Amino acid sequence: MHPILGHPRRLALYLFAWLIVTELLFYLITYHSGVRWLDAGIFFFPLSVFYAFVCLSAWYSCRGIPIEGTSFLGLVGPHLLAAIIVSGFWVLTALGFAKALSHTRRFSDIETKVLNITQLLLIIGILEYLLAVALFYVLQAQEESREAQQRVMEAHVLARDAELRALKAQVNPHFLFNSLHSISALTNSDPKRAREMCIALADFLRATLGLGEKELIPLQEELSLIHSFLAVEKIRFGNRLKMEEKIDDQVLNCMVPPLILQPLVENAVAHGIANLTEGGWIRLHAGYATDSNSVAIDLENTFDPEAPARRKSGVGLMNVRRRLDTRYGKSASVAIEKNGGLFRVGLMLPAERQAVHA
Amino acid sequence: MSVADAKIRAVIVDDEDLARQVVRELLSEHKEIEIVAECANGFEAVKAVTELKPDLLFLDIQMPKLDGFEVLELIGTDMAIIFATAYDQHALRAFEVHAVDYLLKPFGAERFEQALARGKQRLGGKLPPVSELKAATRDPGEYAQRIVVRDGTRVHIIPVAKLDYVEAQDDYIALANQGKKHLKQQTISSIESSLDPAHFLRIHRSYIVNLERVTKIEPYGKDTHVAILSDGTRLPVSRSGYARLRDVLEQKR
Repeated sequence: MHPILGHPRRLALYLFAWLIVTELLFYLITYHSGVRWLDAGIFFFPLSVFYAFVCLSAWYSCRGIPIEGTSFLGLVGPHLLAAIIVSGFWVLTALGFAKALSHTRRFSDIETKVLNITQLLLIIGILEYLLAVALFYVLQAQEESREAQQRVMEAHVLARDAELRALKAQVNPHFLFNSLHSISALTNSDPKRAREMCIALADFLRATLGLGEKELIPLQEELSLIHSFLAVEKIRFGNRLKMEEKIDDQVLNCMVPPLILQPLVENAVAHGIANLTEGGWIRLHAGYATDSNSVAIDLENTFDPEAPARRKSGVGLMNVRRRLDTRYGKSASVAIEKNGGLFRVGLMLPAERQAVHA
Repeated sequence: MSVADAKIRAVIVDDEDLARQVVRELLSEHKEIEIVAECANGFEAVKAVTELKPDLLFLDIQMPKLDGFEVLELIGTDMAIIFATAYDQHALRAFEVHAVDYLLKPFGAERFEQALARGKQRLGGKLPPVSELKAATRDPGEYAQRIVVRDGTRVHIIPVAKLDYVEAQDDYIALANQGKKHLKQQTISSIESSLDPAHFLRIHRSYIVNLERVTKIEPYGKDTHVAILSDGTRLPVSRSGYARLRDVLEQKR
């Protein structure tokens, strides 16, 4: 959208500034050409307003030639050329207008007088156009800095928001209450396992609570969080839940945002295993991608394709995607694949070694 | 009716072994109650309840295959039902299907005894009518994604997208799905309210059609029309049904 044409108030301001410039121009011209003050006013006012609008077009060439990354010549050349062409066009319009007016008695001598000052008009036209170019570059820079500021703010808010929601999702009431119920079942029949489960649940909750403040944690820490989560779920689901893990030792101290994998594992249990009467498996693989500049994490699980989608499903995944997006932008990706009874999420994120953040 | 001499027959439905264990343990104090079956999913529950006709049902809500409400839709609510679930988002729906009680996990002996006492009261008294309960088992503004049908002890799950049309037959409805017809004890109005009106339309007193299947509408007799489906089935369209159908098809265009 045009920064001046699109905003009536800015347009008014621009035209007002333009009229002040015209005032000076008008003074110069009456001085040089001998045209009467009033006549000059009548003649130049419409031309000036017309030129004000013509110069608004400089915005489009400014947008096409960004200040940064363009050489001095590349910047000045095209604008100067445009200024000469536009100004020349304007002078021709002025001459045409003068010719048309010369039929009236009052302006009978205007054509010759304007012809005498064509050079002056051309130079003024060029200067005014270049002035407009400068104005647009200033506006552009202002807009850019505001946008950049907004982006930073937005990323900040998103990160905070994601963290909050990730934390909220951790204390998933289903998980918590079902686990407590399992513990209560075990207290009588198998007190030893009940205690084990209490400890696993406590480990998980403690780890979750501590993670909220950290921006990045070693993958190893995220994995141990997953292990305590699965230790609890394993007691609930018994042998319905099978877990297979293949983690390349080299990526264990790569840094990842906290709670980036745990929601995915929780999804795999809640939407996969929990819906399968005979149970199923979860497979977690992590290692360097081919170029070892990024870490590839793959999570696969079985699920029942006929189970109806629950209303809350997809929230966890969307959350993970947004968090990776705000933190890494285009250098991270999330791939989702649904194939028969198999669900796969593939994460790819830049490999950041622990030492950098230690 | 006297229940003093006959034992109360109970079925426990929960997909988690430990959760069933809690109920089993708490029931062991009650010699008057006999556990006749334990089920780990919805299919097993439908089969056990149809075959054994228990008096008391302990029912979890989130389970594989069929959830607790779908189980009730198939077996009726001809017994005292006690829900047991970890989260109270379903409490309102449980109330609507006239459950005796709604236990929140984890629960202890005291709360369990309370629920059991209510269950016994219900068994001694009069049961609410079974029909007209089923339509209430859905949250308002939410439409069915699938329809469950019971054929003896077998359960069919029909995704609504695969449903061609519904035909009323006395107290039953016939659900046509890829050339097969499944009978279900439900009124046509009740199923109409659970189907998304963007995809299903009542075209006749006895027919609801999946709009995506309609290929042509032809006049038939003086005031009526006939809708021709993609598989060649011809369904009668009443005068008011025709007006509705025309509105919908014109909007889609």
